[in-house]
Amino acid sequence: MSRTDTPTTTDAGTGVSGKSILLDQVTKRYAGQSKPAVDGITLEIPAGKIVMLVGPSGCGKTTTLKMINRLIEPSEGRIVLGDDDVTSIDGDELRRRIGYVIQAGGLFPHLTVAANIAIVPKMLGWSKDRIAARVDELLELVSLDPDTYRDRFPRELSGGQQQRVGVARALAADPPVLLMDEPFGAVDPITRQRLQDELINIQQELQKTIVIVTHDFDEAVKLGDWIVIFSEGAHIVQYDTPERILAEPANEFVENFIGSGAGLKQLTLTRVRDVDLAEAVVAREGEPARDVLARVEAAGHQHAVVVDARDRPVRWPSVRQLGRLETIPAGADPDLPVIGSAATLNDALDTMLVSSAGAALVTGRRDAFIGVITVEVVMDAITRAREAAAAASGDAPVGTNTGPLPVLGAPDDAADGSAA
Amino acid sequence: MTAVTDASGTAPAPGAPGEGTGRGPVAGPRPARAHRLRRPGLVGLVVQPLAIAAALGAFAIWLATADLTAGERTTLDPARILDYTGEHLALTFASAAIVLVIALPLGVVLTRAPFRRASGPILAVANFGQAAPAIGLVVLLASWLGFSFRAAVVALVLYAILPVLRNTMIGLQSVDARLVEAGRGMGMSATAVLFRVELPLAVPVMLSGIRTALVLLVGSAALATFVGAGGLGLLITTGVNLFLPKVLVSGALLIALLALLIDWLGRVVEHVARPKGL
Repeated sequence: MSRTDTPTTTDAGTGVSGKSILLDQVTKRYAGQSKPAVDGITLEIPAGKIVMLVGPSGCGKTTTLKMINRLIEPSEGRIVLGDDDVTSIDGDELRRRIGYVIQAGGLFPHLTVAANIAIVPKMLGWSKDRIAARVDELLELVSLDPDTYRDRFPRELSGGQQQRVGVARALAADPPVLLMDEPFGAVDPITRQRLQDELINIQQELQKTIVIVTHDFDEAVKLGDWIVIFSEGAHIVQYDTPERILAEPANEFVENFIGSGAGLKQLTLTRVRDVDLAEAVVAREGEPARDVLARVEAAGHQHAVVVDARDRPVRWPSVRQLGRLETIPAGADPDLPVIGSAATLNDALDTMLVSSAGAALVTGRRDAFIGVITVEVVMDAITRAREAAAAASGDAPVGTNTGPLPVLGAPDDAADGSAA
Repeated sequence: MTAVTDASGTAPAPGAPGEGTGRGPVAGPRPARAHRLRRPGLVGLVVQPLAIAAALGAFAIWLATADLTAGERTTLDPARILDYTGEHLALTFASAAIVLVIALPLGVVLTRAPFRRASGPILAVANFGQAAPAIGLVVLLASWLGFSFRAAVVALVLYAILPVLRNTMIGLQSVDARLVEAGRGMGMSATAVLFRVELPLAVPVMLSGIRTALVLLVGSAALATFVGAGGLGLLITTGVNLFLPKVLVSGALLIALLALLIDWLGRVVEHVARPKGL
């Protein structure tokens, strides 16, 4: 994910197909309830970014999401999509321009995968050929083979596959904005992780504006460019990058919501490829051990990395082991601590701890060896991330409530003022 | 009152094994799941018409060979039996058509948000129509509307409206609310969601209600003879009044076979019309 980009509220960035969203002093009141469900929220969602809405259940985050596509009509306020005020246009017409994904995909069980994906393009009057081509393209995008899955019914798919088709369906008419309501809540943890990774990849390619509701803070940290933390009544407690929320939680509520292990969670923000790896002495199978030992000692290292003909690491002998060998033998060590460069520091640390080596071998493209990551490197990355987050200027998009925050004691006159 | 609570419940009571005769107090919907057992269902679909044909064949042979009195012979004349059957079917299908025209739209309307509150009272009325003794209903209406085909049809309609209405409502209510939301979220209008998502998914439950109603109607149409509207019931009344047990049994048998045949046709339609993928 390109976290280094400066946030932009315009469509000027190249490759960004998303549009910005602005909720302008939006309030939702339900008849018969004294407190509004959403209280005068002003929220700016930058184009081409993933914004996560998180908060405890019943805090109004889903209501806020559904007011963006007006599945729930706001009682007051304006909704602006890109440069268009969409507050009073036809709701169905608006929703055809906004992708919508719900938990478990929400696929229609009586329609095939292809027919499910084709719903919005059909409503928009696309030709048959164009729809068929688009269906195949989207199935490819979500890593499902079109020939295998096109004519299946949802019942014949696993939960993860259904969710993928749900995403494909939402993207069918290439909408600039994608809304997702707890999209990965109904799948098992392993599938969830894979779907999250895929969403990150898809987003890198498409650069839509994506708003995701979740109650899982770890998911928010993993996926979000920006995170909005809500308390009851959709009061925005903090709206910032995951790094800054972890480093500087706005108040105790946020701290509690993050839960324990904020430091460890920061590790999920950095990828192995983003840190400086240590170098290693590389040896090939069949080399004389004495030559390798000489090189290791010259470099002042304790180990040498043995790679095979395709540069994949196979063994990791120590100086003492090398001293006992004539030549470097063939054969791979199955317990070798290896980690891909796309993995998070969290995963890398886990691999190190499990292998008890205090370090792990990093592989890049086609599993070729590229360097060694050590505990020191990880510690260094944490320190720098904290410093960087603390030093970052407050360039967050706007997110406020006109109503008073409950922590201020909610004086009555202020509440009247906001309602006016 | 039970029908009202049933209607709001999520899981309809499974049909009793003898439900096909349709005279039980609960003309409840069969759960859609019962039809998942494809193989036994298919076997039933094949066996049922064979059994009906066999019974009908046996009756025809008996009719041709039995030692009948002149009175019995006249009453059981094949041409007459065909006439009665025609009248019987006319009563059944005329009532069924009216039932569908009233109950299907009513069921749809009563499940829409603005009218949901009215569903309780209306189901209570429909329930009353069902709970009242059919013969009482037929005679009562005849004394008001005159002894005619029309009176019989009105009584039958009142009697058979409940299963169709209730199953339409249950079928629509049991469609996952998230699917409706997904449809609206994609920009489908409320009407489009109704016709392309809700109704197709409710079809199995609705069809089983319609089948129940048809079987009820075939049975109850036998009572039309009391108000001079003809039908196979005539054989039964003749048999009773003139003490001709053979005629009486023949009438009862033919009505039962007709009910089973209609039931079978309904099952075939349910089997064919069930949306794929369910």
